[in-house]
Amino acid sequence: MVSFDVLDLEVVIPKVARALGETLFMVSVAFFLASVIGLILGIFLYATRPGQLLHSRIVHTTLNIVVNTLRPIPFIILLIALTPLTRALIGTSIGPAAAILPLTIAASVGIARVAESNLVAVDPGVIEAAKSFGASPLHILFGFVVREAFGPLLLSLTFIFVALIDATAVAGAVGGGGLGNLALTYGYQRFDYAVMILIIIVLIALVQLVQFIGNRIARHFIDG
Amino acid sequence: MTERIQLSGVSKDYPARGKGDPVHVLRDVDISVRAGEVYGLIGRSGAGKSTLLRMINGLEAPTEGRVLVDGVDVQALPPVELRTLRHSIGMVFQQFNLWNSRTVFSNIATPLKLAGWKDDEISRRVAELLDFVGLGGKAFARPRQLSGGQKQRVGIARAIAAKPSVLLADEATSALDPQTTTEIVDLLRSVNQEFGITIVVVTHEMDVMSQLADRVSILSDGDVVESGDIHQILARPQHPVTANLVGSYTRTFLSDDQRAELASSFAGRRISVAMDGAVAEGPLLSSLARIHEVDFSIIQGGVARVKNLPYGQLSLALHGEDAAVDRFVAALSTKTEVTTW
Repeated sequence: MVSFDVLDLEVVIPKVARALGETLFMVSVAFFLASVIGLILGIFLYATRPGQLLHSRIVHTTLNIVVNTLRPIPFIILLIALTPLTRALIGTSIGPAAAILPLTIAASVGIARVAESNLVAVDPGVIEAAKSFGASPLHILFGFVVREAFGPLLLSLTFIFVALIDATAVAGAVGGGGLGNLALTYGYQRFDYAVMILIIIVLIALVQLVQFIGNRIARHFIDG
Repeated sequence: MTERIQLSGVSKDYPARGKGDPVHVLRDVDISVRAGEVYGLIGRSGAGKSTLLRMINGLEAPTEGRVLVDGVDVQALPPVELRTLRHSIGMVFQQFNLWNSRTVFSNIATPLKLAGWKDDEISRRVAELLDFVGLGGKAFARPRQLSGGQKQRVGIARAIAAKPSVLLADEATSALDPQTTTEIVDLLRSVNQEFGITIVVVTHEMDVMSQLADRVSILSDGDVVESGDIHQILARPQHPVTANLVGSYTRTFLSDDQRAELASSFAGRRISVAMDGAVAEGPLLSSLARIHEVDFSIIQGGVARVKNLPYGQLSLALHGEDAAVDRFVAALSTKTEVTTW
């Protein structure tokens, strides 16, 4: 039985607001942690390439294997597989706080890979010029390569942020809370499509807003 | 004049790939560049000239031989001291290699920061340089907003910011149109004349070379085939590779093939005359022709000037009695280089 009853806004709005808060909480914390971890991994992936500052086949290959192992795992499987670890670290495997660990791990490897490709894409001429003016290798890496890659990197991070919003819906399916969970509960389990559509609209607005802000900041760094 | 840069016995090999022979990029190159001159390295792409240039600031290491800058062995320097040396060697690139995430101001200021200048000195110096390269209003523009010529002006300002004693220009005009090339050549010349900066120019454009260089070396397949004063090279190229380069630039020299083709169209004795020195400065050709009662028609050729000295070649078909033609050629040969064909 599909229900299209008029929305009982007094009941629905607080629920949606709470779910939005949970989503933003999960996404923000996971995004922040994953950015730190992912950027460090990405810079190491780049800097340990042959001919680069810290070039080391062992480190590069190891990082590559780690990233390549984690990335293809569907998020829902990763979420379930990590349950024991989540329980050990966070104390529970249910709720928004528990969803942060798998979200962070999935996003970290994603960010590591996009950061690496953004760094590799930096024009070698930029590095050559810096070298010719006597910059040290470490200065070249952070003052020139990372700096030149920063604008495109912000666009990639925006992409990851949106992907995280997407992933919270999956986390919601196993009790993570958030908008995705709420939409599933109403739309899939209670056949209340009105609430589901309302949540979809909120999600679309959220993604649009994030993309808009990301583009703006990136453009500032790309074009000045 | 003192020697600013000295390359002695410089070779560069790349190890063999698979079973092939090692690739010789440079073979036993000796070049010395005097303080204050503009020295040109010219050759086709792949001749090794850029590799040679990049050895001067240690971006490339020679397999054998030594590179001295102001008497200091570049290869022997520990990394920190090599970086210090690089503050006194500016570099300009074919693709400009500006830092797009930085403003024009910041691009020019960066070498100064690297060299440890103070902020107020940096601001003053950058303003001075923007003025010098004619980009006064562009301090806060981004490289992406500039034309090719403007980008290279920034490149030059950046390269000379820290008051280097040497400027390396690696195909600095090769990505520019002819008009802009002339502007950049003029700018490089004033860098040399106003600040006394020694410049080493790598280019495959003979035109740029003739406008800019005092002395040149011609590279071919990793060898220096000829070195000398720019006028001497243009007027009397000795090596076939040089003659080819100069010939296709001046269009006054006839190759052996061209001579063979033209021979049937021009009766009488055919000669080519090097048009420099006395023969180009005075009415020598016509007065000798009158004295010896010889007439001539011009097959091909001309006279051009570099640093106000004439150079070029005239190919003539001579008409007259055999003995008279003999005497004319003999008399002319005492004044300049004459080839009969």
